Amino acid sequence: MSAAKTYMDPPINDESRAYWDGANDGKLLLKRCGDCGKTHFYPRVVCPHCQSSATEWYEASGDGTVYSYSVMRRSEIPFVIAYVTLAEGVTMMTNIVDCDPDAVAIDQAVKVTFKDSEGGQSIPMFTPA
Amino acid sequence: MNLRGKAYIAGIHEHPTRKAEGITLAQIHAESAVGALADAGLTMADVDGYFCAGDAPGLGPLSMIEYMGLNNLTHVDSTDTGGSSYVIHVGHALEAIALGKCSVALITLAGRPRAEGMATGTAPRVYAADAPDVGFEAVYGPTVVNMYAMAAMRHRHQYGTTAEQLAWVKVAASHHAQHNEHAMLRKVVTVEDVVNSPMISDPLHRLDCCVISDGGGAIVVVSPEVAKSLGDRAVKILGHGEAVKHLNAGTIDITYTGGAISGPRAYEEAGVLPGDIKYASIYDSFTITVVETIEDLGFCPRGEGGAFVSDGNLIAGQGKLPFNTDGGGLCNNHPGNRGGLTKVLEAVRQVRGEAHPAVQVANCDLALAHGTGGSIATRMGSSTVILGRADA
Repeated sequence: MSAAKTYMDPPINDESRAYWDGANDGKLLLKRCGDCGKTHFYPRVVCPHCQSSATEWYEASGDGTVYSYSVMRRSEIPFVIAYVTLAEGVTMMTNIVDCDPDAVAIDQAVKVTFKDSEGGQSIPMFTPA
Repeated sequence: MNLRGKAYIAGIHEHPTRKAEGITLAQIHAESAVGALADAGLTMADVDGYFCAGDAPGLGPLSMIEYMGLNNLTHVDSTDTGGSSYVIHVGHALEAIALGKCSVALITLAGRPRAEGMATGTAPRVYAADAPDVGFEAVYGPTVVNMYAMAAMRHRHQYGTTAEQLAWVKVAASHHAQHNEHAMLRKVVTVEDVVNSPMISDPLHRLDCCVISDGGGAIVVVSPEVAKSLGDRAVKILGHGEAVKHLNAGTIDITYTGGAISGPRAYEEAGVLPGDIKYASIYDSFTITVVETIEDLGFCPRGEGGAFVSDGNLIAGQGKLPFNTDGGGLCNNHPGNRGGLTKVLEAVRQVRGEAHPAVQVANCDLALAHGTGGSIATRMGSSTVILGRADA
């Protein structure tokens, strides 16, 4: 039998550490600006909407819909790469997992789940809701 | 500041190699430069501006300047926006020349991913581990092809763009490549050939993808005074536009490219409309890249790119918009995975009337070249140039 799909360890820095620590606690964290109130993705200290540094972490609902996807066939283990638009309004790159790759569809409802990287870091993924 | 006609393309060269075994990267840059300068009737000693991107070996432009023996430079620029860099360089050379910072600008490109055995499109690549976006993307296995595939999938969803429509882009490129003795893929293919080729990343098949090739090229941009002294083969730069499009804080739309921004800027400077263009070199990393870009550049309404490219509409002598008459990246050459420079080369050949006779567009007094760099599904650099005859 072929091995299960593996995931690389994400490079983590001072701006992203809380995001990855949150993932290890089973939470998908987002950043919202304390000044303009808008959520952005990927999370950063400086708000890309208004350039304030008063950004704050909060936990996302984990619900979203598939914006686009593709089944990567030229891989030892085919996998589904996707953009998922979260209920909070931002769209993030991810994988759709624990389902038949050929059953994934745009606008499909999905919810967050987590997979471990090779080094044991938990990574947010999505699966059909 | 309108820079229409403030500089000319006086020389071009496309390196003939497609597999650079025994040839170094620096050598391809230098041989391409020598060829383009000879085409212009100039020498290395005349060059006072040098432009290159991240494919040049060494720190920015420094090593190649030393290798080629450039000693009279007053201006350098190593802007890197991936495959579109060289179209941006044409615009930046136009700006520098218009400001009097240089009068003979040399642009070079080289790459040898094929000789190096690089799985360009299907292997995950991390360009810069310290880029702030990398941690949020690389873990999910993005590759060049599955990113463009997501754009194609969304375009299909919103506009009904079919696999057969995408295939027509490759069919047209193959019709042109049969006449190019240097092209990697010279066999004419059909829509059936494309849609029956192996699926790489849905909905893109193997024949929706460009070639992986070695090679290079160079462009010499000169002031109007220098152009005049060289005879009548120089091609006038009529307009230029550049843009960077990105994921915009997570509010994404991957059904269009930065061409929607760079194109109108170039048309405005040139004082022309899309319908005036006789020939277009359009970046063709994948068939979907062409379909989205054709919409962005105003050749058809948004969402109608699939229908526009169908039924041979991009084939010289048949269609309304002859494109990539050298065979493009899909069939001819995609040196170093960076196809912007070769797009300019074929547009210059068309305006000069020096394309292969089988694909030369009649009375080609106005041509467009467009580059896309990075990825249309994340962040990209886009650039458009409009070229015309010296009397344009």
